Amino acid sequence: MTDPIAAAFAGHGRRAALMPYLMGGYPDLETSRAVAEACAEAGADLIELGVPFSDPLADGPVIHAAATHALAGGVTVDQVLGVCAAAAARLPVMLMVYANAVLAHGAEAFVARAADAGAAGLIVPDLPHDEAAELRAACDAAGLALIPLVAPSTSPERLEAIGAEARGFVYTVSLAGTTGERSALPPELPELVRRVRAAAEPTPVAVGFGIASGEQARAVAEIADGVIVGSRVVRAAGEGGAPAVRELVGELAGALE
Amino acid sequence: MSDAISPAGSLERRFGAYGGRYVPETLIPALDELERAWLEARADEGFGAELATLLRDFAGRPTPLYRAGRLSEEVGRTVYLKREDLLHTGAHKINNALGQALLAKRMGKDRVIAETGAGQHGVATATACALLGLECVIYMGSEDMRRQRPNVERMGLLGAEVAEVEAGARTLKEAVSEAIRDWVTNSAGTHYVIGSAVGPAPYPALVRDLQRTIGDEARAQILEREGRLPDRVIACVGGGSNAIGTFVAFEADEGVELVGVEAAGEGIESGRHSAPLSTGARGILHGAMSAVMQDSDGQIVEAHSISAGLDYPASGPEHAELRDSGRARYVAVGDDEAVASFRRLCRLEGLIPALEPSHAVAWLLGAGIEAAAGAERNGSTGTGLDLLTLSGRGDKDLAEVLGLD
Ligand SMILES: Cc1ncc(COP(=O)(O)O)c(C=O)c1O
Repeated sequence: MTDPIAAAFAGHGRRAALMPYLMGGYPDLETSRAVAEACAEAGADLIELGVPFSDPLADGPVIHAAATHALAGGVTVDQVLGVCAAAAARLPVMLMVYANAVLAHGAEAFVARAADAGAAGLIVPDLPHDEAAELRAACDAAGLALIPLVAPSTSPERLEAIGAEARGFVYTVSLAGTTGERSALPPELPELVRRVRAAAEPTPVAVGFGIASGEQARAVAEIADGVIVGSRVVRAAGEGGAPAVRELVGELAGALE
Repeated sequence: MSDAISPAGSLERRFGAYGGRYVPETLIPALDELERAWLEARADEGFGAELATLLRDFAGRPTPLYRAGRLSEEVGRTVYLKREDLLHTGAHKINNALGQALLAKRMGKDRVIAETGAGQHGVATATACALLGLECVIYMGSEDMRRQRPNVERMGLLGAEVAEVEAGARTLKEAVSEAIRDWVTNSAGTHYVIGSAVGPAPYPALVRDLQRTIGDEARAQILEREGRLPDRVIACVGGGSNAIGTFVAFEADEGVELVGVEAAGEGIESGRHSAPLSTGARGILHGAMSAVMQDSDGQIVEAHSISAGLDYPASGPEHAELRDSGRARYVAVGDDEAVASFRRLCRLEGLIPALEPSHAVAWLLGAGIEAAAGAERNGSTGTGLDLLTLSGRGDKDLAEVLGLD
């Protein structure tokens, strides 16, 4: 069985892999299916599919509001897994899900559901390395990648430990803060990515948080293997649905040519 | 007076299966730094002396242990009240706020953030920051700001900025989330003073250490007065800081029963309650694995209680472990019984209690809903000896209670 994440990072044919983030069930279930489809058509290499959570500590206002909106609309985890299953036919899907949703019914049970839905990996933003062993074992057993996150504040020793256990790719959080569009990339980003890369080799390194424009995406592609665009895509989904996302992702993909 | 802080040793990251640090990676170094700083400060006699002096001269420790004669007659057992209601700012929250603000200063952090529900912890933190010359931002849900206007004004007078939180139900849970998001962004120069024995490690242990002055004092006081330990030690449980601060001093005393009283709100069956220990599954909220109220998808559900200080859908991890081990038991009391007991204590003892400890008083008066089937009820013998932590006074609750008429 070939690893779909490794294949996506190897086969994009551009400066870096493009990974838009969308919120499952936002602005409604049907639109989020169409948004995933639009991402695939417009040139995304992988997608990150957010499972809405009531208390998303790592998220800024745009993604937080999208989660609240989806939950108010009655969206369930099962329904988001349905969106995952549809999208997984087109491209690798990383489920972005908070720890309580995973652990509420036990790690193995959630991993089994995610695997059934065709997910390629899990990203759990509030499950740092020290707490992740049980879930990583469950993911390994099911053939899913548990994607680790690192931040500018992560110490060299932690980077080593995280890099050594990394699966899929290393999600590098570009800045100290929550998700949300920023007008400029942090000046320290190249140095951070260099350190992460050294610790993670040969696992690919993707960068997320704050990236909103084609220009920023292109700058990140100079230093990293993957570019993650979250709040900007969610905003487009809310403002103009799948057509707006198709246009935005097309622009981002073009900037990575 | 007993030592304000606990003896040297390690700081627990987990309590059995509970606790841990379920937070974004960005915060891990800040939590490591806080853990080291507290281990050092706690072992430093100079720090201990400075805190003890502030607790004595500024906050009003030690607090009296009062033999509540008429309440004892009514209950049919001897009841002592630990008078945290007499502290400056009106509740036990100042014990923790002073300790953490002093720690922030020691760590070289000149900005402090905190969350508040009813405003008690916000006022306590704003007070400590004014005293120590620290910048202070308090996150508060807009619904709580509306309900607790006088405390918003107090924080303003004390020089704190009150940051309004518009998310979700606009109450305590969202205020904690916003404070954590601020800390994710600003942890380098900011200390987050969490208000109860909740949150990621080392907070539950840190807050317990700062609140154990309640239990240490009370244990020595009751031994002096009665020549023996109490049969039961009772405290209300929101996040669980006044309860754990009381219980910890008695944990090794095997014959002493520990009883935590949660808020049953409109009734456990209604679903509109704040009793995660009495009902909750295991879950993760605000960085800790603990007893958490949630739905079948793992979404956190809103808590309900007439007392804003108990209106939180999780409890501290050490309580979850004490529940599972059987060392403490947890019961729940509804809004109506709490209000009736609030009124009863006013008339019986000339004490206007906060609504939070009114829940504990209500259980003592026989109003509790037992979590364990067949558990023994109150008021049986005339020789029983109980100690109850009266965690705060009721000034803040007058509008709420009188508004019910
Ligand atoms: C007087 C009083 N008691 C109890 C509580 C509940 O907190 P904890 O369970 O942390 O003691 C509060 C919280 O605001 C309070 O103000």
